[in-house]
Amino acid sequence: MLDFNTITTAIDQYLHSIMPAQAAIVTECILVALCAVLAYVAFAIVMIFMERKVCAAFQCRLGPMRVGPWGLLQVFADVFKMLIKEIISIDRSDKVLYNLAPYLVVMSSVLTFSCLPFADGLQVLDFNIGVFFIMAASSFGVLGILLAGWSSNNKYSMIGAVRSGAQMISYELSIGLCILVIVVLSGTMQISELVEAQRDGWFIFKGHIPAFIAFIIYLIAGNAETNRAPFDLPEAESELTAGFHTEYSGMHFGFFYVAEFMNLFIVAGIASTLFFGGWAPLHIAGFDMFNDIMNYIPGSIWFLGKTFFVIWLLMWVRWTFPRMRIDQVVSLEWKYLLPIGLVNLLIMTICVVMGWTF
Amino acid sequence: MELSTNLLIFTGLSLLMITTAFAAVTTSRIMRAVTYLLFVLFGTAGLYFMVHYTFLGAVQIIVYAGGIVVLFIFAALLIGKGTIDITHTSKRRYFAGILTSMSGMCIALYLITNTNFVTDKFTVDGVTMKTLGNALMGTAKHNYVLSFEVLSILLLACMVGAIMIARKK
Repeated sequence: MLDFNTITTAIDQYLHSIMPAQAAIVTECILVALCAVLAYVAFAIVMIFMERKVCAAFQCRLGPMRVGPWGLLQVFADVFKMLIKEIISIDRSDKVLYNLAPYLVVMSSVLTFSCLPFADGLQVLDFNIGVFFIMAASSFGVLGILLAGWSSNNKYSMIGAVRSGAQMISYELSIGLCILVIVVLSGTMQISELVEAQRDGWFIFKGHIPAFIAFIIYLIAGNAETNRAPFDLPEAESELTAGFHTEYSGMHFGFFYVAEFMNLFIVAGIASTLFFGGWAPLHIAGFDMFNDIMNYIPGSIWFLGKTFFVIWLLMWVRWTFPRMRIDQVVSLEWKYLLPIGLVNLLIMTICVVMGWTF
Repeated sequence: MELSTNLLIFTGLSLLMITTAFAAVTTSRIMRAVTYLLFVLFGTAGLYFMVHYTFLGAVQIIVYAGGIVVLFIFAALLIGKGTIDITHTSKRRYFAGILTSMSGMCIALYLITNTNFVTDKFTVDGVTMKTLGNALMGTAKHNYVLSFEVLSILLLACMVGAIMIARKK
């Protein structure tokens, strides 16, 4: 089976052989950063195309068809359009914060993205605290949104930003509780160990009922964290024009757009890591032949397959349900999801203590 | 070998922290000051990550950068544009400010130069999550279950208080 550790070790040894150790480390850091950003952009393009096609399918349309075969080049055309657009400056806005805000959002999103385990050894950041770092890195993206809304000098932007702040801070609690359920089950926070522990069975099977409840809550809260329908109040077109990024144009708007899609990818990636075993293949105890066949499929394909399955679930929700009101959004979190999540954590702890897990 | 790369990162982080700290106190706009403060806190988190104290670094980001600054932004936003006037302060407050910051700097410099830093007990590997968790919830010597519980009661009281204030008609 293809193991990425051999490739990275080979590159590491080659760099060490042609330059001093320090320079090699710095070069490696730059290479890794470049690869991470390139992968980020590549996945964003795939996601935007997928969103259009899935949306079209749910509305009985074909979606983009004219630019290239099946409209494959449509997204590239859009990217070029975005790149050559003028970046305008807004009258009486806070210029420094206005220009800083999109970068904060993208920074948070790229940091979280680099924690995802794409395959065995194909992971940029693998701390001992793992999932906790993911929560920390994703928590300051909301600051960029708040600053964008405030510095635009536009009341629609401001309303969108404050809604986004209220929503994201609330739903972060549910996401934290769902992650805690899995941490209780596995006894580790490191992402590589989390995946390793799922080799003989994914956590959604191992943790049965509480893990499944956690998965459902995670999907709802993750959808709210990415500001997508039915939770897209921060950018509700019909009431707030475009919410917090109303005043942004060109690539600055592009950053918000890309970060939103990539946050969806990240949410789905974390869901597939926590509940569906990341790059670990599907194994059923007792069926050795079946397990061997599954082992031949590379880990990266397993990871991407599971991730895109979760993305498809989220897109299905996004194009099916109408938008909620802000009071409904907040009461859903505080009156329903949070208590259920707390009770669920308790159930999982009891299950683990009594040994009722597989 | 490792040391000078560390030195490079340390210099970069401290430059970032010093410049943004100065910017935070010299700017006249409250929102910009908050944002610069955010970068100071990021720099601190970066220092923790540099010495492999990943838990402390993540806590630094999630608590300070994530929580407090968001709260501060809410406060700054809710207070509004015109209410905080920090451009026109009286001479007395100006000198009081200088005096306070100078004395603070003197104390900090005195402490830094006169402390014997225990460097031989420092481990570069950092602390694992398991050790931390056991230390936080343990009852043996050098464990922190009492302070942990006291803090949880404090936070619980805060939450109950917040609900009481919010419910009052």
